[in-house]
Amino acid sequence: MQQTLTAPPRLHSIRDRVSTVDQVTVEERAAAFTQRSIKTTAKLAGLKMAVSMLDLTSLEGKDTPGRIAYLCRKALQPIEPKYDVPSCAAVCVYPNLVRCARGFLGARSPVKVASVATGFPSGQFPLRTKLEETRRAVGDGADEVDMVIDRGAFLAGDYRKVFDEIAAVKQASDPAHLKVILETGELVTYDNVRLASQIAMEAGADFIKTSTGKVQPAATLAVTLVMLEAIRDYFFATGLRVGMKPAGGIRTAKQSLAYLVMVKETLGDDWLTPDLFRIGASTLLNDILMQIVKIADGHYQSTDYFPLS
Amino acid sequence: MITATLAFSLQPFASAYAARMEKTLFWCDGAALWHNPLSMSAPRLEIRKTYKLFIGGNFVRSESGRSLPAHSPSGQLLDNFCHASRKDLRDAVAAARPAAEGWARKSPYLRGQILYRAAEMLEARANAMTEEIARSTGAAAAKARAEVDLAVDRLVYFAGWTDKFTQVFGAVNPVATPHFNFTIPEPTGVVAVLAPDEPSLLPVISLAAPAVLTGNSAVVIASDKFPLPALTLAEILATSDLPGGVINILAGRRAELFAHLAGHKDINAIVNASGLEEAHQTLQGGTAINLKRYAARNLTAQDWFSEAAENPYWMADTVEFKTAWHPIGL
Amino acid sequence: MKAKALKKARRALAVLEPAPLSRQPRPVTPPKDRRLRFGARWEYAPAPETAPVKIEPRYELFIDGKFVPPRSGQYFDSINPATEEKLCEIAHGDAQDVDLAVHAARRAFETVWSKMPGRERGKYLFRVARIVQEKARELAVLESMDGGKPIKESRDFDLPMVAAHFFHHAGWADKLPYAFPGKTPRPLGVAGQIIPWNFPLLMAAWKIAPALACGNTVVLKPSKNTSITALHLARIFQEAGLPDGVVNIVTGDAATGGAIYHHPDVNKIAFTGSTEVGKLIAQACAGTGKRLTLELGGKAANIILEDAPLDQAVEGIVSGIYFNQGHVCCAGSRLFVQEGIYGTVIHKLRDRLRTLRVGNPLDKNTDVGAINSAAQLEKIRELVRSGQEEGAEIEQCACPLPARGYWFPPTFLTNVTMSHRVAREEIFGPVLSVMTFRTPEEALERANNTPYGLSAGVWTDKGSKIFKMAGQLRAGVVWANSFNKFDPASPFGGYKESGFGREGGRHGLASYVQLS
Repeated sequence: MQQTLTAPPRLHSIRDRVSTVDQVTVEERAAAFTQRSIKTTAKLAGLKMAVSMLDLTSLEGKDTPGRIAYLCRKALQPIEPKYDVPSCAAVCVYPNLVRCARGFLGARSPVKVASVATGFPSGQFPLRTKLEETRRAVGDGADEVDMVIDRGAFLAGDYRKVFDEIAAVKQASDPAHLKVILETGELVTYDNVRLASQIAMEAGADFIKTSTGKVQPAATLAVTLVMLEAIRDYFFATGLRVGMKPAGGIRTAKQSLAYLVMVKETLGDDWLTPDLFRIGASTLLNDILMQIVKIADGHYQSTDYFPLS
Repeated sequence: MITATLAFSLQPFASAYAARMEKTLFWCDGAALWHNPLSMSAPRLEIRKTYKLFIGGNFVRSESGRSLPAHSPSGQLLDNFCHASRKDLRDAVAAARPAAEGWARKSPYLRGQILYRAAEMLEARANAMTEEIARSTGAAAAKARAEVDLAVDRLVYFAGWTDKFTQVFGAVNPVATPHFNFTIPEPTGVVAVLAPDEPSLLPVISLAAPAVLTGNSAVVIASDKFPLPALTLAEILATSDLPGGVINILAGRRAELFAHLAGHKDINAIVNASGLEEAHQTLQGGTAINLKRYAARNLTAQDWFSEAAENPYWMADTVEFKTAWHPIGL
Repeated sequence: MKAKALKKARRALAVLEPAPLSRQPRPVTPPKDRRLRFGARWEYAPAPETAPVKIEPRYELFIDGKFVPPRSGQYFDSINPATEEKLCEIAHGDAQDVDLAVHAARRAFETVWSKMPGRERGKYLFRVARIVQEKARELAVLESMDGGKPIKESRDFDLPMVAAHFFHHAGWADKLPYAFPGKTPRPLGVAGQIIPWNFPLLMAAWKIAPALACGNTVVLKPSKNTSITALHLARIFQEAGLPDGVVNIVTGDAATGGAIYHHPDVNKIAFTGSTEVGKLIAQACAGTGKRLTLELGGKAANIILEDAPLDQAVEGIVSGIYFNQGHVCCAGSRLFVQEGIYGTVIHKLRDRLRTLRVGNPLDKNTDVGAINSAAQLEKIRELVRSGQEEGAEIEQCACPLPARGYWFPPTFLTNVTMSHRVAREEIFGPVLSVMTFRTPEEALERANNTPYGLSAGVWTDKGSKIFKMAGQLRAGVVWANSFNKFDPASPFGGYKESGFGREGGRHGLASYVQLS
């Protein structure tokens, strides 16, 4: 057990560089984004943009190559070409399925392969195995790695350990891009989320991500707003643009548009691109497609008409 | 036509069967074709309802499978109602606990809106409730109606307290040290309520409303003699916006439940208006088991119609007063 | 021992140096280019509110339960400030009409309302509340068209709050003795009420609900600029079956209001508006025995301490001054920022202004609507000009403004000192005056250095500071880590020249009863 350091805390405490967050006001502000009325042309453009930012996800113990084949196909072509809907940004799978996803998509594909790693979802494993897992996933062809932070270490106050692990995984995941999952549902307070975001960014995260989707609550508008604000301050301090990915709990097209509104009005146009904003979801895609088709055809839709992924 | 066909195919049973069918095959949607021409003058058989218990927002039969007949004072059989067992009580408390947590988190304004909605629903069914009271208790129609009108008004009265009682019963305390010090009332949790026999509706509202308006949930034990109006109230509450489990209503033989009420460790308070001496002894003994808060309400039947039953200080019996301190300084 | 500890400390201080990565290093934007772009990528399409509303070509006075023409036969136009188009004609009530209204109110008080048990009075108010809820959407559109405020605000703030005020006070009608321990509260009689144009329907609710709950009857004069929703409220009173004469609405101008507060048979006057007019009314009521409450202007200080949650503080600044175009008596119009965080706060505020949408009040995405009238627009312009002349620097939202209508973009002025007119006079527009301070005591001193005293805001993460500053700010409403929060249960009113008397909550009832 590490002893408390003798150096004065102010010199190195990361807490001092991080703002606190008022829960009531941030939740009010986040809710205000749902009041934006996105209609007609803006709605269609927004929905298509949301599809282009989707990390189509399948993370189940019962995933098989056959299942992943459906997933990849759906991500490449979500719906008939006549609706002019772009491919998804990526598929997100467990390490064991990276090879077949890569095989199915091919070496150069508009759809990236993202692999979860580091003992997803709990992260309660030795660093050694977490790094090995990361290297293998990248070796099998993953373009992106979605790692989980050690929440146990964080909540015990060992921010140094959290930082070091992220930095180590950043190394191990090279040349893939690294998304760092904070698991905000377990961090509970917005202050913690803000602090964890800062630690992740300083340790080299390319993206910070809300959740694994295995814990409730997963992504919320308020938690996403806190992370976007952390990204904003980090950009002004360092000139580095970090991406953001809310994941889990985003099921409807309407919700996804509220997230896009929030990104647009918090970080601006430069972040409205799959390079800097992703949504982790699975059933969301068909809801978005149903909305797109409704705009084109004028009728409320039924799931019978939309292929499963 | 159907009668004729069946009569032909079931030859041996035709006559008895057909006679029964005459009474029950009665399609009255205006298409004369479907009327059984033979039964135009026969009396219509009504469908009898067994009144169920109201637990967790659902209408359930007793897990014991028992039921009891309800009689009017003149001995006429009214309907059956389910006979709650101690396990039903257990289930009601199990439903009331999480319901209280959610209910207490709602804003006082919203709780008031919901209670007002319950009043609207009761007002809309005033006729049905009046009849229920009249046939159950033998009360004259006018008196029954007066009771229902007053029940609605009383519900409205208590609905208006949700966003005010904290101002009247709470305080900011002027302590001598530089601390901001306040006292606020908080709901105690799950409250068991025992209603008297008479009147059959008004006390249920006058006891349950002050308990739940502060954020508690309630398990109401209806009268043994006249349970039907309370069980009808359950149907009205179920169609208001009151979340399931906030008010639960049981009926049966309440003496079977006294000991279980007193001994249940997840009941926080008991409000006893049953008027029964044995109940009072046993139930107050619950305080010795887990420090249940206990309040006896001894009102005569007529008292319930007066302002004696419209007493906001009853709310204080089912709240806890929390005092918090915070320093004042830079 | 010491060397070991030093070694440990040094290790802890060492920053982990990652080995060079094989992929391209991420681009670093140089400091001068670190800007957020709020441009045209994914523009919102127009989102007009589509609820159909019917504005009558002409509205009459509402006296004794009926709509009646004015004695003078005169009408004035009501203008939509976003388009400068005429909406309708409103009756111009004069002293004679006021007299009729007061007579009706007196008769209703003596014969019906004061005799009615509180429980029954309460049920009328509950009915009104329900009908307001049901007609909320239509009323919100009317409010936005008549006054210029965004539909988002009238729909999500004004109307729900109107209903809430009626619900809350409905519940007090039969519980008044509990609000005045040891005393028996009785109504005053006829209340004359004059309300402003910034929250037309909400101000009507703030006045009428407690008056009626306490057993009084009312003669109300809406602002000349915004009378439409008050008259639709009159229809709601009819629909609710409110007895004739309990509420009377006499539309008109300042003279009409004068006829009300000079009328000898009015027992109580309640006024919300400018301090200037409030003083005139106080003069007129002096020595007459009329009870008086005034809710006047303000120049609230919004204080941001360096330990505040900064991003939320900026939200609080924005909602404090740009909500309702700054037409709010309790607006946080003076910003005091602790010097150490000044640069950060201004930077965030500037960026936040760039995402505010100014325009058609009936577009659901509009954040800031039209200035209520040409007169008010001129007043705002004049004060802002004076600020610039006196040496302040101006920053404004660079949003495109419609060609017709009265518009002023969200603005803040820096380099402001305490003696500038923009730091002392109420602008009543979307204009913020920014100043700095070094210590909390200094902030308190500067915040209190004004004849006004309606409201104030304090932003800090430290609880004890909140209580200390709330205790020392000379303002009737203090918002800590919040701003512009209202609730029917929360008493509202000012210190000093911001007025006296409270509206809302238990304390708000006191203005409408006599105690014996």
